[in-house]
Amino acid sequence: MKHTITSTWAIIKREALRFVSQRGRFIASLVRPLVWLIVFAAGFRAALGLSITPPYETYITYEVYIVPGLCGMVQLFNGMQSSLSLVYDREMGSMRLLLTSPIPRWWLLFSKLLAGTLVSIIQVYCFLTLAAIAGITFPVYGYLLALPVLLLNGLMLGALGLFLSATIKQLENFAGVMNFVIFPMFFLSTALYPLWKMAEASVLLRDICAWNPFSHAVEMLRFALYGQFNSLTFVVVLLSLAVFFLASVLGYDPVRSGLARKAK
Amino acid sequence: MRLITLLTLSLLSTSVLADEIWVTNEKDDTVSIIDVETEEVIRTIEVGERPRGIIFAHDYSVVFVCASDSDTVQVIDPKTGKVLHELPSGEDPEQFVLHPNNKLLYIANEDDAITTVVDVESRKVIAQIDVGIEPEGMAVSPDGKTVITTSETTNMAHWIDTETQKIVANSLVDQRPRHAEFAHDGSELWVSAEIGGTITVFDTETKKEKAKISFEISGIHRDKIQPVGFEKTKDGKYVFVALGPSNHVAVVDPKTYTVLDYILVGRRVWHMAFNADETKLFTTNGVSGDVTIIDVDSLKATKSIKVGRFPWGAAFRPTSG
Repeated sequence: MKHTITSTWAIIKREALRFVSQRGRFIASLVRPLVWLIVFAAGFRAALGLSITPPYETYITYEVYIVPGLCGMVQLFNGMQSSLSLVYDREMGSMRLLLTSPIPRWWLLFSKLLAGTLVSIIQVYCFLTLAAIAGITFPVYGYLLALPVLLLNGLMLGALGLFLSATIKQLENFAGVMNFVIFPMFFLSTALYPLWKMAEASVLLRDICAWNPFSHAVEMLRFALYGQFNSLTFVVVLLSLAVFFLASVLGYDPVRSGLARKAK
Repeated sequence: MRLITLLTLSLLSTSVLADEIWVTNEKDDTVSIIDVETEEVIRTIEVGERPRGIIFAHDYSVVFVCASDSDTVQVIDPKTGKVLHELPSGEDPEQFVLHPNNKLLYIANEDDAITTVVDVESRKVIAQIDVGIEPEGMAVSPDGKTVITTSETTNMAHWIDTETQKIVANSLVDQRPRHAEFAHDGSELWVSAEIGGTITVFDTETKKEKAKISFEISGIHRDKIQPVGFEKTKDGKYVFVALGPSNHVAVVDPKTYTVLDYILVGRRVWHMAFNADETKLFTTNGVSGDVTIIDVDSLKATKSIKVGRFPWGAAFRPTSG
């Protein structure tokens, strides 16, 4: 038991150290959503049209609408980056040693997920602070209630990254992940437009967005920021986390994965 | 059991005594009544055709509604919602104002270029004053000595002496003046110009222009920024200006005549009403068919409530205390 906690602490500490030392990564994690907020949202200010959908009770500006989506974007990028670093780490880094230790593999993977999620939560709150400086604020209790949601969302998105990292053999394939996972997940979600707006363009697009777990992660956060709990999004995110994590554990199982073959 | 009874009684008394905002729905021929506390529509009553201006008697015993297409002003019992009788208003009454004596109603007759003065007790027209073309905005000074009519096409504010019922002065304002209000102390007259996109402030003593307020919202074309109705807080802190199709309400500092903020509300915001302690402002949003509630302390829109089609005027009715 002591060893498992020590290993978790070590992984979290290592992730935190990496986060602190990689200032570029931290700045990039903030600049990316800020560019969207300041440039993109300003240009599309009137594009949202006018319709009140829950959790909103009155009309909002586009900037206000996309903030939860951009928080999701921060966690999506962080989840992918953190988990995909395992591709390198398991070959050359400290994870290689940890993965060969007697500590349960699923626990090590979960620790890695947790470490990445904690980093992403710090990034999200930094972004929310900058958004508040720009005049986009939420109720105080919303910021507090967002914390458990960010934890769950971070774990779910990290688990997806973990699953992908199990199937990727080289880090160079990250570009492919960007093109085929991150961008579709982000754009085909409710991060930028509500479902009713997507339905105006295409019903198929709306359906894809409605099935996208990232949409549910964003919506759960949107509701939480206004002090509301949305049970459907919670169930979908929880189930997605379970599925992705199970797939990752299976993917990292040396018996089932290519790691074993490679070892031979 | 006793506790339940007390609780039920207290709940009932709260719902019975809750203050209300009355909103005329131009295209539904109805008035929606909003509970100020629960922020929900609690009643809808049928009125004449195309209801627009709405005002309560100073003792809140009756409510007057301009039924523009019925060419009448309806007098309604606010408790029952029943039309008690109608007043001769002249053709197409749009806005009106009740003199502080609670007796004379000054009505703008848009199609006839006339301001009609009606005695609400004898229900008779006591004067008809020729004003500019398409009169609309109406205001009465706190001392009751002056009534203002603004005419949309002539672009003027007409100063009417209430003793002689005659125009004593005319002041040019910007294009399409829609609404007029005196300052609570009567020292200033504010007139909004819809097409001009401004509010002109006059000194009532000299009847000379004192200031002009313009509006600018980033990302919204100037043509869409059309000031219409406006409401002043009694503490002299803010004036809220409905900016029509720009879907925003401007917050103006009446001391410096500068715009402090813009608040996003529903589509084509037209008129407004405060609750009793002026902590909430209710705006009528014509095209979106709803009423947005603004929290006056934080200057933020908190909720929008669906009412009838094309809500136009709003008036406050206290029912508690």
